[in-house]
Amino acid sequence: MSEDILGTAAAWAAEGEQVALATVVETWGSSPRPAGSMLAVTASGRMAGSVSGGCIEGAVADVARQTMQDGKPQLLDFGISDERAWEVGLACGGKLKVFVEKLG
Amino acid sequence: MTPEHLARLQRARAALTPVALLTRLSDGTQFLFPEDAVPGALAEAAQRLLFDDKAANVTLDGEAWFLQPHNPPLRMIVVGAVHVAQTLAPMAAELGFAVTVVDPRRAFASEERFAAVALNHDWPDEAMEALAPDTRTAVVTLTHDPKLDDPALDVALKSKAFYIGALGSKRTHAKRIERLKALGHGEAALARIAAPVGLDIGAVTAPEIALSILGQVVARRRGK
Repeated sequence: MSEDILGTAAAWAAEGEQVALATVVETWGSSPRPAGSMLAVTASGRMAGSVSGGCIEGAVADVARQTMQDGKPQLLDFGISDERAWEVGLACGGKLKVFVEKLG
Repeated sequence: MTPEHLARLQRARAALTPVALLTRLSDGTQFLFPEDAVPGALAEAAQRLLFDDKAANVTLDGEAWFLQPHNPPLRMIVVGAVHVAQTLAPMAAELGFAVTVVDPRRAFASEERFAAVALNHDWPDEAMEALAPDTRTAVVTLTHDPKLDDPALDVALKSKAFYIGALGSKRTHAKRIERLKALGHGEAALARIAAPVGLDIGAVTAPEIALSILGQVVARRRGK
């Protein structure tokens, strides 16, 4: 198997799961995952891939669930200068933007 | 992503067609390049990032766009269905390579030895011509037999393969260089061959040798 997050997400959607896709769209500093990295999340709690070293996946998954419900894409900012990032604790000290969209 | 965009993207990926997904970050509007007509500046950027295989941000008329390339998988052509190839193939697949093992000796290139790997039983020069290595292809020769390795290397050297590695000691490689020179390859071309193959990590076992080869392939791919 390889790191085909989109393929995994599409397969979940085909099974009838509600799926949201989060993609790193921009990074600054020492963010662990480059732009284009993806995290797929289902309403039932399945997860594949990553958008960071693990520090913001939980927060992104929360937003993903909201996006699944209302269908509205979201652009999230995480960084040390950001209050929200303080809450979730971006330990790597980097900054990144994550785009979250409903899949299918 | 709408069901239609997802279906089209998946179709292009299945057909091994390079495409880029363009997303307007303010509202999630998406286009698929080159299938959809997009403004010139976005098309140029999409073309470039498909070549670089790197996602990018573009601002056009005050709107932020995210452009993500979806290239076909990297390929690895392994010549020689030998012991090292048996671990190299699945490890390379794990790293995202579409692997083909070439060996006309069917006793070596058997399905029992290579489950879930594409096998090609043609003579290496024919197989290589047909597989046509490109800038997203790595070629590794492992047979240790000039009759099989040399024709494969001959074709690889004429291609744009981003990595060419050949198993064999320094002495074996020196002799190989002489034979390939006789086939008309110059010093610069021959310097492309990584030999002895792999990073020097003191590899002894077959999986260790496979790891050293893959480490070198990744380094080459990432410009190290």
